[in-house]
Amino acid sequence: MTHAEPNVHELPGETLDALIDAGAAALGLPVEADWKPAIKANLAVTLRLANMVAEFALPDEAEPAPTFEA
Amino acid sequence: MRAWASAAEIAETVAAGKTTALEVAQAALRRITERDKTLNAFTAVTRERALAKARAIDADRAAGRPLGPLAGVPFAVKNLFDVTGLATLAGSKINRDRPPAGTDATLIQRLEAAGAVLVGALNMGEYAYDFTGENVHDGPSRNPHDPSRMTGGSSGGTGGAVAGGLVPIALGSDTNGSIRVPSSFCGLFGLKPTYGRLSRARTFPFVASFDHLGPLARTTGDLALAYDAMQGHDPDDPVCAARPIEPAVPLVTQGAGGLRIAVAGGYFKRGASPEALTAVARVAKALDATREIEIPEAARARAAAFVITTAEGAALHLDRLRTRARDFEPTIRDRLISGALVPGSLVIRAQKFRRWYREQVLKLFEDVDAILAPATPFPAPKIGQQTMMLDGQEVPLRPNIGIFTQPISFVGLPVVAVPVPLEPLPIGVQIIAAPWREDIALRIAYTLEACKAAAAPQPAD
Repeated sequence: MTHAEPNVHELPGETLDALIDAGAAALGLPVEADWKPAIKANLAVTLRLANMVAEFALPDEAEPAPTFEA
Repeated sequence: MRAWASAAEIAETVAAGKTTALEVAQAALRRITERDKTLNAFTAVTRERALAKARAIDADRAAGRPLGPLAGVPFAVKNLFDVTGLATLAGSKINRDRPPAGTDATLIQRLEAAGAVLVGALNMGEYAYDFTGENVHDGPSRNPHDPSRMTGGSSGGTGGAVAGGLVPIALGSDTNGSIRVPSSFCGLFGLKPTYGRLSRARTFPFVASFDHLGPLARTTGDLALAYDAMQGHDPDDPVCAARPIEPAVPLVTQGAGGLRIAVAGGYFKRGASPEALTAVARVAKALDATREIEIPEAARARAAAFVITTAEGAALHLDRLRTRARDFEPTIRDRLISGALVPGSLVIRAQKFRRWYREQVLKLFEDVDAILAPATPFPAPKIGQQTMMLDGQEVPLRPNIGIFTQPISFVGLPVVAVPVPLEPLPIGVQIIAAPWREDIALRIAYTLEACKAAAAPQPAD
């Protein structure tokens, strides 16, 4: 088990813009131009935090938390 | 009956025939009319229903039929609970178009079966994606200790209604801190039970992985009364555990002697204001808790909770985002759209981390029975405030309100938030126990109340 310190790297603004445009189109979400700065700011924080979690090394066999009973 | 009377006192007085449930209900309705102009805690008052229920209780007593442990106790619920005849708003504009609910939420049914009297539905942050208690559609709920300040969210009206003496008990929901934050800002006792303990049936969801329901009150005894009345498996909620009812009322007065209690260090001290640290120190001293422990990877746990919350919240609201995006509160819409764009692979990684973190946290409970941590980093901020000074740095306010609650609800641990009556504003401390040990957290809360280290301060009207 490694406990790497979070490698906090910010994504370039154009990457976030491209993700918002492509993702919104793929999901059929109407995104108005004046909503984009706030969406982009939220997405930047979320992806920074998500990558901080994903960088925490876990074995392939690690089971996700939710369980399902057939 | 005094407006500040506890649920236990009300039930005892009604059972003894010293007052009637009808008089209690009428007094509560009058007080709501008077005080809610300032507090804005209620979005609906169920006057006729309350009076009818109160009359039925008085008829039961007159006929010699047994009364429940909450006989005649007025209560109210966050407006994400289904209340027969009302559209379940969940703080939104969009849900005003829903048909009125046909059946009450399970927890309302259970409290009423114990004799409690529903008096209304309470203001909340839109779709519970909120820590402030503000709402653009209904206006902000206001803190009874200072109406220019936040109640805390998202169960804001719940906090305001109980701290303002409008009802002795109210129900909230807690996904990332929405019971514990208003408890802290409004100076109340709040119980977020173990994930899966209380039924969520017929309540509007937010994040299925983390949604909990629970009571806020002004005494530990009232929390336990309400909690016991609501326990029990419910097949209508797939997450509700098939566990027997484990009554807490007989246990709360047992004291905290022999319990191993530690203070959370590291993450839970960084980013806390002097008030939050003072409150934890005061509680620790009263309990003679000198040991400090580190909850491992708490910052990452909070990050994972943030990611799962935004992604599951977005999944819940995806269709509404497609068709009615302009009807959302703008800041919440922008967070949800962002959540819809988070890659699924990162969300599943957060769920994998969650299981690892759970195992680490459960190991801690082999050596301790309870852990103390601040409930919020600071006391109630001003309504509309956007930033906060912490450690000499100006930080955005809203995302920092839940930093100490999120790593705990992330793995469903039971918590009692206890109010420490600092001046001029109270602030809460979390008493965190192992899964299914609500009784331990309640015993510690009761002990702190008995020695006056914790108390719900009564605001001036």
